[in-house]
Amino acid sequence: MSIVVKDLCKSYGAQKAIDGISFQTSLGSVVGFLGPNGAGKSTTMKILTCYIPQTSGMASVCGMDVNAHPMEVRRNIGYLPEHNPLYLEMYVREALAFIGSVHQLENSKKRMDEVIELCGLGEEQNKKISTLSKGYRQRLGLAQAIFSDPAVLILDEPTSGLDPNQVIGIRNLIKELGKSKTVILSTHIMQEVEAVCEQVVIISKGKIVADDRLNNLKETHQNKSLEDIFISLTASTLH
Amino acid sequence: MLSILNKEINGFFSSLAAYISMAVFLLVTGLFLWVFPDSSILDYGYAGLDSFFNIAPYLFMFLIPAITMRSLAEEQKDGTFELLATRPLSDWQIVMGKFLASLLIVVMTLIPTLIYYISVYQLGISKGNIDTGSVIGSYLGLILLGGAFTSIGLFTSSFGKNQIIAFTLSVFLCFVTFSAFDSISKIISLQSFESSLTSLGINQHYQSISRGVLDSRDFIYFLSFAGLFLLLTKTVLGARKW
Repeated sequence: MSIVVKDLCKSYGAQKAIDGISFQTSLGSVVGFLGPNGAGKSTTMKILTCYIPQTSGMASVCGMDVNAHPMEVRRNIGYLPEHNPLYLEMYVREALAFIGSVHQLENSKKRMDEVIELCGLGEEQNKKISTLSKGYRQRLGLAQAIFSDPAVLILDEPTSGLDPNQVIGIRNLIKELGKSKTVILSTHIMQEVEAVCEQVVIISKGKIVADDRLNNLKETHQNKSLEDIFISLTASTLH
Repeated sequence: MLSILNKEINGFFSSLAAYISMAVFLLVTGLFLWVFPDSSILDYGYAGLDSFFNIAPYLFMFLIPAITMRSLAEEQKDGTFELLATRPLSDWQIVMGKFLASLLIVVMTLIPTLIYYISVYQLGISKGNIDTGSVIGSYLGLILLGGAFTSIGLFTSSFGKNQIIAFTLSVFLCFVTFSAFDSISKIISLQSFESSLTSLGINQHYQSISRGVLDSRDFIYFLSFAGLFLLLTKTVLGARKW
């Protein structure tokens, strides 16, 4: 179990962003983390990556508590934040070399060629990041996340804003990565969840409303489409 | 920490702004030292670099905030700070990496000014007639002053996403810490505290090192000054965790 979250709460002032959520990545290696905007997905991911601390509860990655061993946790995590921030003035290889040096990897050069190959960045590898298209930027973000070969990948909306071909490319990559790693990804696209995820966690208003295997979830909801299930579980937030 | 330092230096020298601000610094010090009659060595008649070391702190007040303003503000604006903070780097490593990188850039800006020293050395009647000890002391003073200003610049850059605010605030803070204490101490009702007030300002310690007097009190002052602002910077960055 790479990720364990127990009774996790986070409040910003009086507002509760997440309110006592618990889940484990025990049911599959690619976990879809769903919820309406503002449900607390990104907040949970930020806690797991030790960017911000929780208000109460506990979270652990690879058996290590995020508060007790933040450096170890960070070493074992590859994180693609929402909106995919990049150093636009850097070159592709330069940005990857920087990640390698931050992680103090010894065979950084060799790993760079592997990652460039894996993420399909071959043709763009000598370009400046600011000249890359959105799809290639997303690939680079993913390449940075997997560079240190972490056991856990946390991807916040990895396919937002991509064209259909690029979406399929990234999905296949995530599927491939899921064979050897635990991947948590948040998304608003239900087909994506059906295409790549084995486990689905749905949160709404900071609380978990579903946590099951994808096929179990569909069975318990009389084989409705995932979209309908999502709406029926989270629609109350509209009112 | 070294990887951050490397990244910052590379980033700085790959932008045109870097070369422009360094060139302007050298141009202005050159003008003051050789051309403007009020401060020119040629009119002054003494083989010394005093006018350079007198004007340099005021130029640093603008040069250093220009160097440091982007270092943290830009990372926060582009969201890349999240990228850094979720890698195995502590906040201290990020702050120190950025501080040392900016300070190194300041030192690099000073290197070409050694030409002034060489020129004056050659021009003196009876060659080499220049107080080398005082010049070394003054350079040391400038580097320490640069460290103090850099820590201020980094601190204001940590406030948020806006580089202009970072620049303006740090120019102001640099000015206040450099010379305001001297001015305040001249207020009549505060005259009984005059010496303790002036010793709070950077100017007095800078002047004292510039004379070539290496007093441990001045070193402690500069180190604790930079230390204080770096600690504040780290605290502001850590505020996301509150």
